Amino acid sequence: MRNLASLLFAGGLAFLLLAIASQLAFGTPSMRVGAEILAVAPDEVGAANLVTAVLLGYRGIDTLGELAILFAAATAAGVVLGRRHANARRDPPGGEVLRTGADLLFPLLLVVGLYVIAHGHLTPGGGFQGGVILAAAFFVIILAQPTRHLRHSLISWIEGLAGAAFILIGLWALVEDGDFLAPLLGQGAMGELLSAGTLPLLSLAIGLKVGAELAGIMAHIAEAEAPDA
Amino acid sequence: MITWVALVVVVLMLASAVAVLLLRSFVAAVAASSVVGLGLTVLFVLMRAPDVAMTEAAVGAGLSGVILALALRRLGLWHIEAAAEDRDRA
Repeated sequence: MRNLASLLFAGGLAFLLLAIASQLAFGTPSMRVGAEILAVAPDEVGAANLVTAVLLGYRGIDTLGELAILFAAATAAGVVLGRRHANARRDPPGGEVLRTGADLLFPLLLVVGLYVIAHGHLTPGGGFQGGVILAAAFFVIILAQPTRHLRHSLISWIEGLAGAAFILIGLWALVEDGDFLAPLLGQGAMGELLSAGTLPLLSLAIGLKVGAELAGIMAHIAEAEAPDA
Repeated sequence: MITWVALVVVVLMLASAVAVLLLRSFVAAVAASSVVGLGLTVLFVLMRAPDVAMTEAAVGAGLSGVILALALRRLGLWHIEAAAEDRDRA
């Protein structure tokens, strides 16, 4: 019965995909919006990295939606994995090589992450990528020394403040310019660190939020008690 | 030239995707699933999409592998050195 149901489901899905594929030739209708953005964005937004200009300038509300999804996922992980018996077994700390390596890697990863966040509007990268690198920096420490745990209250404060900052910048633009998340503060010279208006600020907010959230999720899963083997 | 590099990467990705299904060790399967993400990263670089490549490297190759590995540990399926100890105990 279950096999029949899954066969029916797979067949239906294949039929739907075939129906769509037969109607649309590959690559049509051609998306003209890309060429338009390429032509307009350098003057309108002033970001040297056009991908960031699209992500934060033209489709900022999409990015806000992604942040909301990530927030929901982090909250769900916290709810499911939050409880831990006080006397549950902790993993033993890693060896000398692992701990020293983690201590050496931590500042390096921190600098790389902040660099990627701060230069999001100039070079490939941005808040999301840099945030993941920041989360990795903190997670390496936890992997090497499981007894040292992240302060979850501090993490949720950083997460909440960064998310609120993103929305506040958007509302500020709504009041000032009439469009939610419209770039403000003037463009500056393209290629400078302080250019492209509010995009670096938004990038920083995303980076902190993503970093705090992912570090929180991974710390939650890592701290969850392992069953006795 | 680039076509050949892409071809090698695609074959590697397909091989590791099949390996995920066939490998008996869960740890090895998680590692193989990360290789798929890593190959995809190389493909994105070849297609000149460095932004997407960075995201894929961080999420597809790194984060998802770590989360799968942590889930294995939580379920008690993480056996590398532990396998020998278990045999001794039993």
